[in-house]
Amino acid sequence: MGAIFNAQQIVNGLQVGSIYALIALGYTMVYGIVRLINFAHGDFYMLGAYAAYGAFFAFNALFVGKTGLMAFVVLIASMAAGGVIALLANRLAYKPLRYKPKLSSLITAIGVSMFLEYFLSALPAVGPSYRSFPDILPRVNINLGNAVISNYVIIDIVIAAVLMVGLTLLIKKTTLGKAMRAVSQDKDAARLMGIDIEKVIAFTFLIGGSFAGAAGLLAGMTYPRIVPYMGIQPGLKAFIAAVLGGIGNIPGAVLGAYIMGLAETFASAYNSLIGEGIAFAILIIVLLVRPRGLLGEKIADKI
Amino acid sequence: MLVVKNLKVNYGKIEAIKDVSFEVPDGKIVTLIGANGAGKTTTLRALSGLEKTSGGSIVLDGMDITNREAHKMVPLGISHVPEGRKIFPTLTVRENLELAGWTIKDKKLVRERIEEVFELFPRIKERASQLGGTLSGGEQQMLAVGRGIVTGGKILLLDEPSMGLAPVLVDEIFSQILAINKKGTTILLVEQNAAEALDIADFAYVLEVGYTTLHGPAKEIAKDPRVREAYLGV
Repeated sequence: MGAIFNAQQIVNGLQVGSIYALIALGYTMVYGIVRLINFAHGDFYMLGAYAAYGAFFAFNALFVGKTGLMAFVVLIASMAAGGVIALLANRLAYKPLRYKPKLSSLITAIGVSMFLEYFLSALPAVGPSYRSFPDILPRVNINLGNAVISNYVIIDIVIAAVLMVGLTLLIKKTTLGKAMRAVSQDKDAARLMGIDIEKVIAFTFLIGGSFAGAAGLLAGMTYPRIVPYMGIQPGLKAFIAAVLGGIGNIPGAVLGAYIMGLAETFASAYNSLIGEGIAFAILIIVLLVRPRGLLGEKIADKI
Repeated sequence: MLVVKNLKVNYGKIEAIKDVSFEVPDGKIVTLIGANGAGKTTTLRALSGLEKTSGGSIVLDGMDITNREAHKMVPLGISHVPEGRKIFPTLTVRENLELAGWTIKDKKLVRERIEEVFELFPRIKERASQLGGTLSGGEQQMLAVGRGIVTGGKILLLDEPSMGLAPVLVDEIFSQILAINKKGTTILLVEQNAAEALDIADFAYVLEVGYTTLHGPAKEIAKDPRVREAYLGV
């Protein structure tokens, strides 16, 4: 068992968990505020990766010798792409269906997802095949005792942590964050406070999409290849992470994501096929044993 | 002055409000009384923009505000304290009050109004850093009214402020409503507790199955034999 539960696997698990956490946050925030499982969310991750790829080749010549600045520009590009596409999806696809039966929005979300994947595949500039992602920063392996850890893995963990701390401050401390919580708790009451709930919903999509975009960049850099369908698996797993933590609950999504990342990494170290399946085993167990998730609140039916 | 004329509201094919007309003069307390399902809550929801009307008009100080979106009604001066209080349970008492100042640019004014609420409801002040969901029913009602004060409308719409409260708290809430009115806020009060409502109101309207039927000075309505029989249990 020592080969499975060692420092190497724990760091790898945290890295996978960090990527899932950034995606799961958007899933859970959007669910919290409009009760929609946005199945296109994994595609915002994919678009973030492609935007980063595009930004790198567009601006690379301008930033020769300034790799740190280049990396920052690429991060902003990925977050902007994920955020803006999420805003557009909300405005064009979800908002018109806001007060229609929930199933309509759910099916629309699947439609948005497929549109984004196939549209990108059909674009000659993108195409349906894998592209290798350039090394934006030099790749360095760090030896820590028995573990060999890539600097990219550390970068993934740190950037995810920084973004999540920022999000926590936004939600806990700012008036806008309080408005987001208010809208997710009681839309009518929020409107009576004078809050334009559509603006708050749009802002939530923007933040969720930008986090997914950042995750796309990190995954693209680390693995390092991208393809228009790269969002399907991580999107599904991040959704499971959000359900595991209690969908709608923000700390729950992060907790669920790290549990998923670690479980998957440990299981893969044992057998890579089990690694692929463990997410779904976790989902089934959660749904059977604790359907509201680890930190989810009990939902009382309103009379 | 708020003037409501021939208001109609439908929920799908059901006519919740068929023909409701009333006036709320500045500085007065007007009450709408009526049984469950008479359309009292729907009327208030239409006034604050939470419900779309299908006929009639709502005019505030000469401006037609029919069917504006709810968040745009707030800066115009309509503060609605909804039925069931609708406190944000995981926000603190202070955060609940701060959000009520969402449309007010001058945050100093918001702080002053929060202090005003604390003066009126010392129990809310004691609980300022507690989560809204942990308050008792009476405290939640005070907080709900407090949010109405912070939004600072010309007219405060109160939906069943006495619902679910112990009798001693009912008296307290009604005397606080009077105090808010004395400071210059116009009040439209919807109540099932007709006796208390008629006691503090200047004018009263009776709502029956979607229509306004009787109306007049509250003192006279309280003496009307039909009202006494149907709503005062005499």
